[in-house]
Amino acid sequence: MSRNDGDGEEDSPKPDDKSTASISSAAHEETTQVNALNGGLEPGNFLHIDHKPRLLLMGLKRSGKSSISNVVFRKMAPHETLFLETTTTIRKEAMHSFMDFQVWDLPGQIDYLDPEFDAESIFGGVGAMIWVLDAIDNYMEPVSRLTETILHLQHSYPDIKYSVFIHKVDSLTEDFRDDTMRDVRQRITDDLYDAGLENPPITYYGTSIYDHSIFEAFSKVMQGLVPQLPTFEALLNTVSASCKFEKAYLFDVYSKVYIASDTTPIDMKAYELCADLIDIIVDMSEVYGWDRGKDQQETDPSKAVASQSAESFVSNIKGYHLYLKEINRSAL
Amino acid sequence: MNNLKKPQKKKVLLMGKSGSGKSSMRSIIFSNYVAKDVRRLGATIDVEHSTVKFLGSLILNLWDCGGQDAFTETYLTSQKSQTFSDVGVLIYVFDVESRSFEGSNPRDLLTYTAVVSALAEYSPSAHVFALVHKMDLVQNVFRDQVIQDRTLAIQEYSGVFGKRLKVYGTTIWDQSLYKAWGDIVKSLVPNLHIIDGYLHDLAKETSAEEIILFERATFLTVTNVTSELGECNPYSDRQERLSNVIKTFKHSLSKYTHSSTASHPFTEIAIKAPRFNLILARLTNNTYVLVILPPGDLEIELSRFNIMAAKDRFVELDIMGWAARDTEKLEGKSNGRIKDGR
Ligand SMILES: Nc1nc2c(ncn2[C@@H]2O[C@H](COP(=O)(O)OP(=O)(O)OP(=O)(O)O)[C@@H](O)[C@H]2O)c(=O)[nH]1
Ligand SMILES: Nc1nc2c(ncn2[C@@H]2O[C@H](COP(=O)(O)OP(=O)(O)O)[C@@H](O)[C@H]2O)c(=O)[nH]1
Ligand SMILES: [Mg+2]
Ligand SMILES: [Mg+2]
Repeated sequence: MSRNDGDGEEDSPKPDDKSTASISSAAHEETTQVNALNGGLEPGNFLHIDHKPRLLLMGLKRSGKSSISNVVFRKMAPHETLFLETTTTIRKEAMHSFMDFQVWDLPGQIDYLDPEFDAESIFGGVGAMIWVLDAIDNYMEPVSRLTETILHLQHSYPDIKYSVFIHKVDSLTEDFRDDTMRDVRQRITDDLYDAGLENPPITYYGTSIYDHSIFEAFSKVMQGLVPQLPTFEALLNTVSASCKFEKAYLFDVYSKVYIASDTTPIDMKAYELCADLIDIIVDMSEVYGWDRGKDQQETDPSKAVASQSAESFVSNIKGYHLYLKEINRSAL
Repeated sequence: MNNLKKPQKKKVLLMGKSGSGKSSMRSIIFSNYVAKDVRRLGATIDVEHSTVKFLGSLILNLWDCGGQDAFTETYLTSQKSQTFSDVGVLIYVFDVESRSFEGSNPRDLLTYTAVVSALAEYSPSAHVFALVHKMDLVQNVFRDQVIQDRTLAIQEYSGVFGKRLKVYGTTIWDQSLYKAWGDIVKSLVPNLHIIDGYLHDLAKETSAEEIILFERATFLTVTNVTSELGECNPYSDRQERLSNVIKTFKHSLSKYTHSSTASHPFTEIAIKAPRFNLILARLTNNTYVLVILPPGDLEIELSRFNIMAAKDRFVELDIMGWAARDTEKLEGKSNGRIKDGR
């Protein structure tokens, strides 16, 4: 059990008549802190607006790429992905956190390895590639397509980090899930080894859009793209120590991806709790955040300013508390 | 007079074709399953009985009736009187994807007719709710039309219950399930008006735009008070959305604390947002109260104080049972379901 701190961080600022005008002073202070950190890093890191790191979602068709992208970045309910149609063009999702980056959903039927294909336009500037592999389908083909792709890209783009999402594991029993994951990993490692690539930069995750695993996995992938991760972790460690928090997370509220956490061991259940609290806050902010027109303006403006950044507290979960503080402005 | 202090028992029949989703919804509403867990459920054999306490004043006797043809047959023949007597509510579940709903041989509707006529014979005063379930399988744009069509068809086959019948489109994947079950349970809670009265009192003491009372275990809405301003809220499904999202949070909480979900998972959730304040606080053993307030720090502190002050009154109700309280307050009035306007 632990004390948790979900720190809020939010997606694209939606133009919003009143709240844009007056961001609370507290929020400013904390944002400045973060910015100051950026300044301390060596120049040329890809945080600059003109250089958004790119994250590719690849895999065979029907493996679940569009579902993942819609569930994580567009808040689609998992069961609604049943109605998704096959993607035929590259779909780009922009994520604006304090780090801007893009997620590209690449349709499965295009042969990206064809020499005719303008590889640079897709793979140039890519930070990470997620290969989505349908765990309930035959995985021989996707495994060989993945290894081909890695071997092909390895020379021109050696810095790409690979993650394999062994996806739809909700449909497998626990034993079978572990076996499948082990087997997939073994095959990929063997294939690459035979082709002369030892210790490839690949991380494996079992994922499903029907539970928190997809958000957890995405968080880990994202963290690999945050160059200041150690600095954030150190900062969160300090916060945790001085406030006696048992665990502190820095969240992107809209996607429920956590960008960093303090360095005490991660408890998946604590993460789920924070993610569910964020769901409550986002949902309630939608239904009770409606524009009340002049009625609301009548309230003392000094009072309104006090809560320009959202804050939430859950008290006494068996003696522990959960606290969320929004750091920079958001749609909350 | 003593018997009035006892909570009222109500028999609830849950019927419909096998695979229509009866046990699934029951497990989500009453047994802390989340939607993805229901795949674990097997077909129900005969009838599964369960008893659910709702607030201090109501005991639900749930009969989850396995829907395979052979079982349905016995409910309508050898077990007829046993099944259909003393029923408070019949919840009949239709699978929206069923192929035997309409057409030349509308088996679903014919079975339904047989069930409601047995009900009319043994429990003519029962309420009937028809749930058109698995609506998630219908694309959004067609949902309203499907519900309209099905409602007409079901009404036609409802016999004497046709006029009082209520039809809901539901799915375990969103808040629609909580909407339907909230209304069902509300139709059973005795003396809802007393609770309403106390909630109105509380509303007067705060500057609340909305106050909602939730039952602790199910997080279904018991009753609510909404101010004039609150009535302008464009989100009419907000109560059931809250039920749904808190239920999910509770589920993670119980995994996290390794505790049974029957216990109180938290004392309070507070949200301070630019446009509103929200407090969701434990009120009594059986209830949580949600208060929506204007923004500002002072508001939230004041309301917390008022909730604390109101607690005692509600607690008193909790212990004694609302029925007993009713006779004190409204001497001479009958103890029927006053809130029931149908
Ligand atoms: N798509 C969808 N499937 C659902 C929904 N509710 C239940 N199901 C599925 O329907 C199947 C049957 O559900 P049950 O609850 O066991 O059905 P039942 O009515 O109790 O069946 P019997 O016990 O045989 O009478 C399960 O596999 C559920 O996953 C829903 O809202 N949408
Ligand atoms: N059971 C299960 N099904 C999934 C999951 N993710 C996606 N699906 C389903 O897989 C199908 C194909 O998904 P889609 O996103 O279109 O695949 P894409 O071609 O890779 O973009 C859809 O019907 C999804 O509902 C998952 O985690 N579990
Ligand atoms: Mg797609
Ligand atoms: Mg059943």
